[in-house]
Parts: sequence; C-alpha cells; structure tokens
Amino acid sequence: MTNDYLLILPEIILLVTGLLVLFLDAFSDEIGVSKGNLGGLTIFGAALSIFATILLVEEQSVFFNIYSIDNLTHFFRILLSAILLILVIGTKKYNESYISHIGEYYFLLISATLGGIVMIAGIELITIYVGLELLSFSLYVAVSSLVNDKKSGEASLKYVLIGGVGSAILLYGLSMIYGSAHSTFYATMGINFASEASYNSELLLIGLIFFFAGIGFKLSAVPFHMWAPDVYEGAPLPITAFLSTASKAIVIGFLFRLLGGPFSSIMEHWNILIIILSVLTMIVGNLIAIQQSNIKRMLAYSSVGQIGYILMALPNISSVTASAALFHLSGYVITNLLIFIVVTIYYSNNKETSMISDFKGLSDTQPFLAFALTAGLFSLAGMPLLAGFFTKFILFQAVVSNGYLWLVIIAITMSTISLFYYLQIVKQMYLYSSDELGAKFHISFNEYFASGFLFIAMVFLGIYGTPLYEYAERATKILF
Amino acid sequence: MSESDGIILILLFCLPLISAIGLMFVPSKDKAIIIGLTGVSSLLMFLISFYIFISYDFSSSSQYQGIYAISWISDIGFIAKDGIQLKVGIDGIAASMILLTGIVILAGTIVSWKITHKTKDFFILLYILVAGVFGTFAMLDMFFWFLLYETAVLPMYLLIGVWGSTRKEYGAMKLMMMLVAGSILIFAGIFMIFTEAGLGTFDMQVLASVEYDRSFQIIVFPLIAIGCGTLGAMFPFHAWSPDGHASAPTAVSMLHAGVLMKLGAFGIIRLGLQTLPEGGEYWGPGLMTLGIVAALYGAISALKQTDLKLMTGFSSVSHMGYVFLGLGTFSLIGISGAVLQMFAHGVMTALFFLLIGAMYDQSHNRDIPNFSGLASRMPIWSVFFVIAGLASLGLPGLSGFVAELHIFIGAFQAYPVIGGLAVLTAAITATYLLRMFSTMFFGEFNKKWDSLNDMNYLEKAGAVILAASILFMGLWPSPWMNRIADSIQIGIPGVLM
Repeated sequence: MTNDYLLILPEIILLVTGLLVLFLDAFSDEIGVSKGNLGGLTIFGAALSIFATILLVEEQSVFFNIYSIDNLTHFFRILLSAILLILVIGTKKYNESYISHIGEYYFLLISATLGGIVMIAGIELITIYVGLELLSFSLYVAVSSLVNDKKSGEASLKYVLIGGVGSAILLYGLSMIYGSAHSTFYATMGINFASEASYNSELLLIGLIFFFAGIGFKLSAVPFHMWAPDVYEGAPLPITAFLSTASKAIVIGFLFRLLGGPFSSIMEHWNILIIILSVLTMIVGNLIAIQQSNIKRMLAYSSVGQIGYILMALPNISSVTASAALFHLSGYVITNLLIFIVVTIYYSNNKETSMISDFKGLSDTQPFLAFALTAGLFSLAGMPLLAGFFTKFILFQAVVSNGYLWLVIIAITMSTISLFYYLQIVKQMYLYSSDELGAKFHISFNEYFASGFLFIAMVFLGIYGTPLYEYAERATKILF
Repeated sequence: MSESDGIILILLFCLPLISAIGLMFVPSKDKAIIIGLTGVSSLLMFLISFYIFISYDFSSSSQYQGIYAISWISDIGFIAKDGIQLKVGIDGIAASMILLTGIVILAGTIVSWKITHKTKDFFILLYILVAGVFGTFAMLDMFFWFLLYETAVLPMYLLIGVWGSTRKEYGAMKLMMMLVAGSILIFAGIFMIFTEAGLGTFDMQVLASVEYDRSFQIIVFPLIAIGCGTLGAMFPFHAWSPDGHASAPTAVSMLHAGVLMKLGAFGIIRLGLQTLPEGGEYWGPGLMTLGIVAALYGAISALKQTDLKLMTGFSSVSHMGYVFLGLGTFSLIGISGAVLQMFAHGVMTALFFLLIGAMYDQSHNRDIPNFSGLASRMPIWSVFFVIAGLASLGLPGLSGFVAELHIFIGAFQAYPVIGGLAVLTAAITATYLLRMFSTMFFGEFNKKWDSLNDMNYLEKAGAVILAASILFMGLWPSPWMNRIADSIQIGIPGVLM
C-alpha cells in the first residue's frame, strides 16, 4: 500500500483543470479571460493528463487499497482523456455557438471523464459507486446545456429520472452482493466467492440480476435502453458523442475488472444474464435503427447494437476475449467519435434539424466530410480497410474460440443488417444532390485536425491494428 | 515464378491502391492528369499480370509459387506465431484469374474515360475494387483473403448508385445487401475452420494441409459454397445479379460480370475444394444440380428479356451455372473446364457490356425490339458483338468452346443426364443470341436511330483487347489448360482424374 499522491497525478491534473475552468468562467469579467480560452484550457488539461499518464505514472500499485493503478487504468486514462481532448478540439465551434454556460459545460465534461477513470481504477464497490455518480450527474446536467432548446431540458429530465432509477437498482443489487460477499473490497470478495459455502446463492443471484439491470441502464443495453434515443436526440451533439463512446467504454472497462476479478468464481450465475442482454441488445438495437429518420436517434440505436457485440465477449470471460473486446471497443470509440464530430461540424454551420435528409448532396458541397462520414459508417458496419473490420474480426474470432459460435452468427447477421441503415445516410450524401446551392462553408483547422486525426487512426487500425491489440492485451492480462 | 517474384504480387494489388490515393490529390477538373494516371496505372497492371501469367514455372513441384510473406500479427491472444500474415503466392488458377483481371481493367479503364460526371471519384472507387480483386486472387492468408474479398464488394454500392442507370438505387442496395449477406456465411466458415484446426493461424497452406473430420467438412463446405456462390451468382442466390448488371455503369458491369463473379467461384476452389476436399466431393452432386438449374434457368430467362443488358445479365447467370457444374463434378476435366469457363466468360461478358455501353451512351435505349439493321450503321460494333455472341454460344475456335467442352465431358462422366441438359442449355443460348442478332443487326435500318455512330477509338481499343483474348484462347488454349490442370492435380486432394 502506497499513499504516494503522484500515482493519481493524471486525475489531479484533470480535477485542477476543471476547477480552474469553473473559476475562470465565474470571474471572467474581472480577470479578463475570454470564454474562448476555456476550451483551450480544457484541451491543455486533457493533453497534460495523457502526458502525465505516459511519462510519470508507470508503476503497478494500489492506492489506499481502493484504487488500483495498473495497465488497465493506464489504458483507460489515455483513452478517456483522448476522447475528451479530441471531442473538445473538434466541437469547439459548436460549443461556442450553441452551449449556454460554456464554463460549466467544460467542467462537466472534465468531471465526467474523472468519474469514469475512478470507476475503472476503483477496486472497492463504494469508490466505484462514487465514480459512477460523478459520471452520471455530470452528464445529467450537461445534457440540458443547449441554448433555448426545450428538447434539451426534456432530455435532461428524462435522463435524470431514468438514470436515478437505474442507479437505485444498481445500488440495491450491490447491497445484496455485499450481503453475499461480506465485503466491498474486490480482493476479499474474490476470496469469499471462491469458497462456495460462504455465500447464499439465491440472494447472490437476485443481487446479480439487479446489478446487471442497473448496469444495463448505464450501458443502454436492451431492455433498459429506452432512455437512450430521447436523450441522444435532445442532448448537445458533443454530449451525445460522449455518451455513446466514453460512458459506454467506462462501464465495459469496469465490468472487465469486476467480472475478471471477484466475480470470476461465480461465473455460472451471471453468464446467462449477460448472454440474454447481449442477444437482445444486438437484435433490438439494430432492427429499430432501420426505421429511424433522425440521425441522432439512428446513431443512438446503432450504438445500442454495437454494445451488444462487445457484451458477447463477457460470458466466460478470459484474457483472450477481454483483450479482443477492449481492442474492438477502442476501434468503436474512434469510429463513433469520428462520425459524431463530422455531424457536429456539419450542424455547427447549418440549422440543426437532425434529419438524415439534411445530408443530401453533402458529397458535392463538402467532399471531405462526406468521405469521412461514409468511411466511419462503413467502419461501424465492419467493412474492410477500416477499423471496424479488423477489430470485429478479432472480437468475433475470440468469441468463437470461447465456444459461442451461435452468438457470433447472430452478431454477423445483425452487422449486415446494420449496413442497410448506414447506407441510408451514404445514399443521401452521394446519390442525391443538394436542395440549396452554395451551401458550402469553411471548415476550421481544429475541425480538420480532429476529424482527420480520427480518420487516419481508423484507417491505420483497420490495416495494422497490432500495436493497439498488444497494448489491449497487456491491459487486460493482469486481471486474469 | 521465383521466390523473389512474390514482391511483384504485393506490388500488383498495391498499385491500384496507390493510384487511388494518388487520384485523391489530383484536382477533379484536371481530366488530362486523371486520364494519364489511370492509363499508366492500368497498363502497368496489365503488364504485371501478363508477366505473372507467363512466368509461371512448370518445373516447380510445390502448389504455390512466388510465395512472399510479411508477418502481421504474431503471438498475441489466440493468434499463434505468424498467425496472420500478408502472404501472397499463386497457382495456375490464380495466375489465369490475375491475367483476366489485368485484361478487363485495362479495357474498362479505357472505356471509362468518357465518363463526365465525377470522373475522379469513379476511378478512385474502381481502383479500390480492383485492388480487392487482385489481392483476393493472390492472397494465401484467410484473414487478408476475406478482407480483400470484402474490399472488392464495398465500392459497388456507390459505383452503381452514383454512376448507374435504370433503377440504380434499387439495384445497388439489393446487390450490396445480398453480397454482404453471403459474406456472413464465409465469415462463419472461416471461423469454424480456424477453430477446428486449432493451430492459431490463418495461413491457407497450413489450414489446407490439416485433415478435418469428414462430418466437419460436410457441415462447413456448404457455408463456403453458398457464401462464395452468392458472389458467383449461384442459383438461387443470383437475384442481385441481373438487376445489378442492368443498373451498373459500363466499366462496373464489365468488372463485375467479368471478374467479380469469378471471385466467388475462385473462393469455392480456394476455401472449399482445396481446404475441405471431402466436403466438396460429398456436395458435388448438389453443386452440379444447382449449376445445371442455373444454366437452364438463366438461359430460359434470357430468352424472355427484351432489355439487352438484362439479357446479358441472365446469360451470365447461365454461364456461371456451367462453372458450378464443372466444380461439382470434382474431376480434373470438370474443374479445369470450370476455370477455363471463368476466364472465357470473363472476357466475353466484359466485351458484351462494353459494347452495350457504347450503344446505350448514344441511344439511351436498350430495348432489343426497338432496333433493327444496326449492322449497316455500326458495322464494327456489330462485328465485335457477333464475336462475343459466338464465343458465348460456344463456337469452336473461340474461347467459350474450349471451356464448355471440358465441362460437358466432365458432366457426362459424372451424370449423363446432367451432361445432356447442359448441351440443351447451349442450344437455348444459341437461340436467344442468334434471335437477337437477327432482330438488331439485320433487316431494314430503323431511321429513328439515324443519330447513332459507330464506336469511338477508345471503345475500339478496349474491344480489340478483349476480342483478341477471346480469339487467342479459342485457337491456342494450352497455356491456360496446362497451368490449370497442373494446379488442380496438386491442389485438390482426391480429385478424380
């Protein structure tokens, strides 16, 4: 046990940046800081946090017995800070024109990231719950931050009510799990679960059902996904992007640590629960997405479906499936972020109606955006030369090796169906021509940088994913 | 091919990719640069594929030549050392198919220069497609094989959707969804082979040398056969093909019917017959039945069509039926015939679509009864059309004859009834083609089409390349036959001699 505060330096950096943003925003008139600089400060803080993670914190260590600094934490610190970084760079213009309280908004993004890292690194249930609530509460508020938009407020209210119910169910489940395990510390829980006589399996099973229902709410897995489309639709686009990438990645990362660690000896109890969630999520998410004409709702259902693929890797979890799932998760995050940033760039220059038909003729007016969006959508559908193909191939093969060929067959079928609705957007962009002429607009350097970087990362990952895969394997190996 | 030639195979499928990336940086208005770049690139592709074909080494006793491997993923997770490699190498079948692709892309590029709408984007997508095709023929690793196979399918949606004609949205969507649905089965098949072998490698040579359980082979072979068969327009999974062809732009129809459909049949040979020979033997009669049904069905449907492109589309289904018929015989002569047919049909159908495109661009009409006496107005066009048609109905001296003869003999050896039906199909083919000739080319010239001109020099150049290949293969087929027979004997264990 070390109490070396250097171990949590990246989190401290994020926290200080967040507070500084809040402070400078409140006293911006007195000090003379323009609001435009707050985004820059957020970018700087996120970059510094990545920098600190890579250079300063290397050791495998445990902080106050509740916080594990290891390769998985390392991986997610970089992933989450990078999401924050790219998101703020790519959507700065949108934020500055549509967000009502920009200082609070950046602070909420930072604190959500911080909560996520706590959830990943935590090895004690109460710590994790604190992290989860930090994440959720930040997002509840952030969802409502669109200027003069009733939908945004409505989405926020829905999210806070349903999210609150989800948290309550989760907490109830955790209390029963605590009743069985007699501890909230992962290490002790693992020992108690390993000796069969020491727990009551009925109580544990009910606890697990509640637990996974609560997790289902947070992940928007079917049948707990109802809030997702409404919230995605009403929220500001960058928050939608954050919800569909970072907040899902966080819950999955947390599940890796929990399922691979203390829960691994009670696998027979939860395998079936995850399989049910996974199958329902894949099928329902992808099938409902077909009918959507609103791009945000379609992407919401599509990301519901995508989570189903990753859930497939969790039953009988092993180092192999976990690293494949983490690999796929990273590819998914990059791809989805690209799509959302492109959509955000488009709407920061056009009136936001969120209909798919808005993208009519984009290939003529903005060839770069149309090309990047097409590539992103094809990548989500698992088309080759892009991240989606490679990572999905590895993930599916790992799941087959794990003995779930039938799950993979459902997954490939659904991923083919998903191609159909992704093509609806591609069709609008390339097959039809734009209604109004001269809808050209200028894309700033920031926006080119963020989308270009993600595009290159996506193509690189699709052709040569080995380094990331190795890194993911190192991150998950310590859990098993 | 020597070992060092392996790098040429990698160059072959990187060349179109590099050209596509290069094209992205050319300003779209600068048509001269686009024409120059694609011209040089397609000529190089043709020359390289020709070199690969002629430098085939008959003295080599191993199955594949010019093997060159770059380790891609090694020793991580479930993947063993050198589990995924960028591994290329060819046998006689792949060499023939690479030559076919080289010929068709050269002709296809030349006729596509007349495209005026978004020329640059058209060539970018076309060349990504070609990279996938070349790569699939040359690849000896299942992961990359499947990756490039999908790459060849991916650009089709936009190529048809943006540059196509008649019902293009419908045609493009139907084609895309059916082909990707077919890939599901291949995907599952590859996973099952990989898991069953349990060696942690996707290397095709290693996976083909494993002796799988007979029952396993019997389960997995149909997955591969139907999955790849969808791309090969195998009955009853052919529904995308006539619509897709009818709506695709000229060069895409050429490449698609000429090369891409062969990719499906090639997949059945590579992943099916070579890796799972017992499964192939077991399902042979089934494959033959589907083949003959497709041949008859395609021919009878073609009889009824009045749209020239739809007729050719159904004719393609019929001719691909012969290919599956030949593969199903599981005998040396039948499979040789199938591969010969893949080449022969590839070249002749590309010529068909080139010619139809040349006329449609002027008339915007493809209805056969609308035309008559075209031979007097477009003599050169008509001559080329007759060459392609005669090759298609199997006239001796043209490429189709050699291929069909092999297949018919193979079919007669296996099941005389099926052989008889195959010959009947050839007769039906002759009926619809000759009837079309008499309607369109002869008789009194319809004044309505006074504005039609004969082919321009670009189209002539493309047609000459394709027609020359038809004649050459018809008169001297042994370069193909030797290479193909050689590879089948070594490559497919237990094939009937």
